[in-house]
Amino acid sequence: MITAEISYLFLQQYWYFIVSLLGALLVFLMFVQGGQTLIYEIGKNDTERKMLVTTLGRKWELTFTTLVTFGGAFFASFPLFYSTSFGGAYWAWIALLLAFTIQAVSYEFRSKKGNVFGPKFFEVLLFLNGLFGTLLLGTVVGTFFNGSEFSIDVFKRVTWANETRGLEAVLNWHNVSLGLAVFFLARIMGLLYFKLTIDYQPITDRIRKKLLINTIPFLVFFLAFVIRLLIMDGFAVDENGVVFMQKTKYLNNFLDMPLILVMFLIGVLAVLFGIIRALFLKKSCDMNFWYVAPGVVLTVLSLLLLAGYNNTAFYPSSFDLQSSLTIHKASSSFFTLKVMSIVSLLVPVVLAVIIITWRQINKFKITQEEINNPNEKTY
Amino acid sequence: METIFIAVMFFGWNKVSKKFHLTATWLTALGANLSALWILVANAWMQYPAGMEFNPDTARNEMVNFWQVLFSPVAINKFLHTVTSGYTLASLFVIGVSSYFILRKRELLLAKRSIVIASVFGIISISALIFTGHGSAVEVSKHQPMKLAAMEGLYQGGENAEFIGIGILNPKKTFDNNEDPFLFKIGFKGVLSYLINFDTKTFIPGINDLVYGNPERGVPSFEERKMKGTLAMNSLIKYKEAKEIGNMEEANLQLEILKANFNHIGYSYVEKPEDIIPHVPMIFYSFHIMVFLGFLFVLIFLVYGWLTLKNKIDKIKWGKPLYILGIISIPLAFIATEAGWIVAEVGRQPWIIQDLMTVGAGVTKISSTAVQTTFWIFSFIFTALLITEVSIMIKFIKQGPSNSAIK
Repeated sequence: MITAEISYLFLQQYWYFIVSLLGALLVFLMFVQGGQTLIYEIGKNDTERKMLVTTLGRKWELTFTTLVTFGGAFFASFPLFYSTSFGGAYWAWIALLLAFTIQAVSYEFRSKKGNVFGPKFFEVLLFLNGLFGTLLLGTVVGTFFNGSEFSIDVFKRVTWANETRGLEAVLNWHNVSLGLAVFFLARIMGLLYFKLTIDYQPITDRIRKKLLINTIPFLVFFLAFVIRLLIMDGFAVDENGVVFMQKTKYLNNFLDMPLILVMFLIGVLAVLFGIIRALFLKKSCDMNFWYVAPGVVLTVLSLLLLAGYNNTAFYPSSFDLQSSLTIHKASSSFFTLKVMSIVSLLVPVVLAVIIITWRQINKFKITQEEINNPNEKTY
Repeated sequence: METIFIAVMFFGWNKVSKKFHLTATWLTALGANLSALWILVANAWMQYPAGMEFNPDTARNEMVNFWQVLFSPVAINKFLHTVTSGYTLASLFVIGVSSYFILRKRELLLAKRSIVIASVFGIISISALIFTGHGSAVEVSKHQPMKLAAMEGLYQGGENAEFIGIGILNPKKTFDNNEDPFLFKIGFKGVLSYLINFDTKTFIPGINDLVYGNPERGVPSFEERKMKGTLAMNSLIKYKEAKEIGNMEEANLQLEILKANFNHIGYSYVEKPEDIIPHVPMIFYSFHIMVFLGFLFVLIFLVYGWLTLKNKIDKIKWGKPLYILGIISIPLAFIATEAGWIVAEVGRQPWIIQDLMTVGAGVTKISSTAVQTTFWIFSFIFTALLITEVSIMIKFIKQGPSNSAIK
């Protein structure tokens, strides 16, 4: 039993950590989206494209469910964020929803007889999901640092201050640079995942070149985002809950929370290490994906924690500062968080099962023979 | 759970042991049912907000008892009714596809074996479906009497209430005129009262009782509830104002008023009495179509099961219309399911949370053009996907199992 000693604040922080971890796992699993945007660049004929779609198809549900779990956990633990952002940034979320709606069936329908529109149509849908899914998610998360234009009244009713309803986030270059960084990072991970799971030389040969082409813009956009983040004013909260703009708030957060800074640095280094190995190591190595993946998780986790911990408003309003949402203000009741926390003890079991099934399914690499075998389930 | 194991189910054929694969298949099914449980618990809470208390400081309803939310009788009935409707639909799907094969004189052994399983599973499922449907109606009578009145087109309530078998509603009938509610009906006196409480003397309030009130039966009128609801809403505003300036005595006084009238707070959003009446024809016809189809499905399962067990299913003279009925039962099952959801969701209008908040109060503040645009975008996409899905399924069914590899 959870005892009375566990405070409300602890549970609020615990749940913000879980939500951030789920968000970080989601970005890692977006190698599926990144891979989807590379089907035509890497796959030069039907068999090759089938190999690519099949290897991604064996993981797409995991990404999708992580997205749902991330959203569900976020909304259950911080319902005011849900009602404010979903109701307010309406078009941004609808666009994101559309980007994911078209993905789900595309794998199933793509190669099936009688699919009306032909395989190419569904490949285009997969591309659109890969492009907008990553770009929009990154851009929306950018508003966690740059703010949105809303106000909330005493009855928690939200008013959005413009008609574009969330789409205005794309007008802020800092938000978009995060979106583009996520997009190119997803492509990098997609390439490394292809290398990890496909045993077919012509595909492997194309990966290194594409890796370089995607690494350069990733670094540009990621660095632009991080440098600006460290020098910009941030949404701070004083002991009375009053929100104010503080100089270099996010840099201060890193310095105030060295553990998160270390996590961030290790994460970035791991990502770079994996990419550099894949680019410059003469000996071919499949494991680079497994250097980049935990690096991505650590980096994203530290950035999300930066947005919410240390008296920071994680969903700020640039229109009405005092409407900004903090972990404390947006959270569910103490009782609800307690009940949810008991359920969350099952998370390690779920993770263990995911690891076991992942290993079982990925035991052997995808080969040309497997793809052409009519008794194998392929996409 | 569903997502994890569905990958093993689909791709694990040659990669994991048979036992692991079978376990994964069962766990996928269990996961799918569990996800249905939670979403239906959430839906049931909106129909009957159990296990919560209103917190005036955060201006929201907060859970105080998880088990009351999970095991509310509305939630349990709703969950079981929905999943058994899914099982029934699946059984009819199998019967429909098997009927197609028999009609084409193909895959006869497979078709007959499938029908045996589907009709037995179907009978069990639909029995549970009817039982939980009855349970749902009893719960509706307790918590959403207006929905029940609309389901039966019942304007003037009373004891010995009539269950309408077949009826055509009078389009001129409104709650405030004296028109006959029905142009035509075949009803059974007392059956509605009996079904709700196993007693024909049970009083069932009609639409007029709920609008004008029935003091003898303890049914409050719309005006009374609106007055109490407005009182509750005003006391909430005054509570917040008093708290803001630190007047705790006044705040506590307003809190008492709020608590005493909280069960009516949603009525403060409603302007006219007719606004608490849902669209009666839509609910009446949907309910009766659902019930009629339900009993037709019982008949289909019994006839198919009996004929297959007697090994006569592909030999009878009047087989063709039966097989066609079997095939048509697939879309009919979808119609019945959708009709049920119309009863549940349109029937609870105007409430997003029964008696506490209207849909109008809970809705996002966006223009109707934005809502229409979203609606048409999704309609277009889902229609295109539906056409594709049906096209693929028909192709696969026509191809049959003996001509197909795993695809």
